[in-house]
Amino acid sequence: MLREALLIARKDLRVEWRSKVTLGHVAPLALLILVVFAFAFDANARLLELGAGGLYWVAVLFGGTLLIQRAFDVETEDGNFDAFRMSAIGTPSLFLGKSLGVFLQVVLLELVLVPGVVLLYNVRIENWVLLLAAAVGGTWAFSVCGVLWGAMAAGLRVRATLLPLLLVPVLAPVLLAGSRAFETALGVRADAGWTWTSLMFVIAAVHTAIGLGTFGFLLEEG
Amino acid sequence: MSTVVNFHKVVAVAGGFPVLAGLDIEIAKGEIVHLRGSNGAGKTSFMRVCAGLIPISDGDANVLGFDMRDDRRSPRRHIGLLGHDNHLYKDLWVQEHVEFRARATGAEAGDAGAALRRVGLSDRLWSVPIERLSAGQRRRVAIASMLVGRPQLWLLDEPHAALDYEGRGLLDEILVEAASSGATVVFASHERDLSKSVATRVVTLRGGRLWEDSGAA
Repeated sequence: MLREALLIARKDLRVEWRSKVTLGHVAPLALLILVVFAFAFDANARLLELGAGGLYWVAVLFGGTLLIQRAFDVETEDGNFDAFRMSAIGTPSLFLGKSLGVFLQVVLLELVLVPGVVLLYNVRIENWVLLLAAAVGGTWAFSVCGVLWGAMAAGLRVRATLLPLLLVPVLAPVLLAGSRAFETALGVRADAGWTWTSLMFVIAAVHTAIGLGTFGFLLEEG
Repeated sequence: MSTVVNFHKVVAVAGGFPVLAGLDIEIAKGEIVHLRGSNGAGKTSFMRVCAGLIPISDGDANVLGFDMRDDRRSPRRHIGLLGHDNHLYKDLWVQEHVEFRARATGAEAGDAGAALRRVGLSDRLWSVPIERLSAGQRRRVAIASMLVGRPQLWLLDEPHAALDYEGRGLLDEILVEAASSGATVVFASHERDLSKSVATRVVTLRGGRLWEDSGAA
C-alpha cells in the first residue's frame, strides 16, 4: 500500500513541479494575505502580534484550499479518475497518496509563510519543537480532511465554490487548535500548546481512518 | 472458445436514465467486435458497464469470469478502457505519463518505451509535456498507456478519433495483434469501413438493446 501511495504522491508532486502552481501562484497569494492583514492591523502592533498564529492558519487555509482544488482538478479534467478506478491501485493507497501529495505541497507553502509571519508581524519563535509538531499535525489534519471532502465534491459541476463551503466548517477545529498551539510557540500566550497540538493529531488520525475506509465508496458513488 | 462477456437481459441506469434496456450479448475470447449504433444507442454505456463503471440494475452480467452483480471492481485490472477522454496528465512528459500508467496497472515502467514506439511516437517526443502535443499525438499516448498494461479485454470508444491515416492503420494493426495474442477487443465507431478491415464481428445497438449481430466470424 505504501509503495502505491508513494507512486501517487510522486506523480502529484511531479505535476505540480511542472506546472509551478504552488510556488508560482498559491504561495504569493498566501503571502499577500499576510501582507493585507499586516496593513489592516498596522495601527495596533500588539494585536497583530497576538493574532499572528491565527492569521498564519487563515493564510494556510486559503492557500491549502486552492491546492486541494488543484489536486482534484488534474484528476477530473481528462477523465483520470476513471483511469484510477480501472487501475490496480487500491483506493486506500489512492487516498494516502493524494493526502501525502497535498501535505508536502502545504508544507512547502508553510516554509514560505513562517518567515513571512516572523518578519511582517514582528514575532519570535520561542518553542521550535512545539511549532514544528503543531505544523505537522495541523497540516496532516488539513490534508486528509481536504482530500476526503475534495473527493466528495470532485464529481460536481459546482465543486469550485462548494469545496471551500464544505471544508471551512470541517477544518474549524484544526484552525482553532493550530492558532492556539502557534500562539504558545510564539510566546504570546501561556497556554496548553501541546494539548491543542495533540487534538490536531487526534483529528488527523480520525480523518485518516475515515478516509482509508470510505474513499473507495466516494470514488464509486461520487 | 471461452466467453469473455456474457450479458443476459441486462438493464443499467445512469443519471436516472435507462442506458441499457435488456441487452443480450455474448462475446468470445479473441474476437474483435465493432459496435455500431446511432448516438444514444448505448455503445458507450455498454462499455462502461463491461468496465464496471456503471452498475447493472437487472439481468445477469459476467465479464472475464466475474459476476458483475456481486463484484464489478475485480475485473477492472484486466480491462483497458479508452473513452472519449484520453486520461492524460497534460503537465507530465509523455514518457513519465506512460511509465506512471504502467506502474499503476502493475506492469513494468520499462515497458513504456516499447509501447510508445509501437504507437509510432518518436523518441524526441518522449520528454515533451503532453499539453504541447497535437490531438492525434495525445490519442497515441493514450493508446500506449493502455497497451502497456496488456489488458485481456480492450474497450475502445471511437479510438480512431483524431488519428491521421498512418495512425489509424497502426491502431488497426495493434488491435489485430492484441486479438491474436488472446485478448478480446470491443470498439465503438461510426466508421463502417472498419468493419471490413479489422472487425471479426459487427454488433448494432439501438435503444440500449441488441438490434443486429453479424455473428462471430
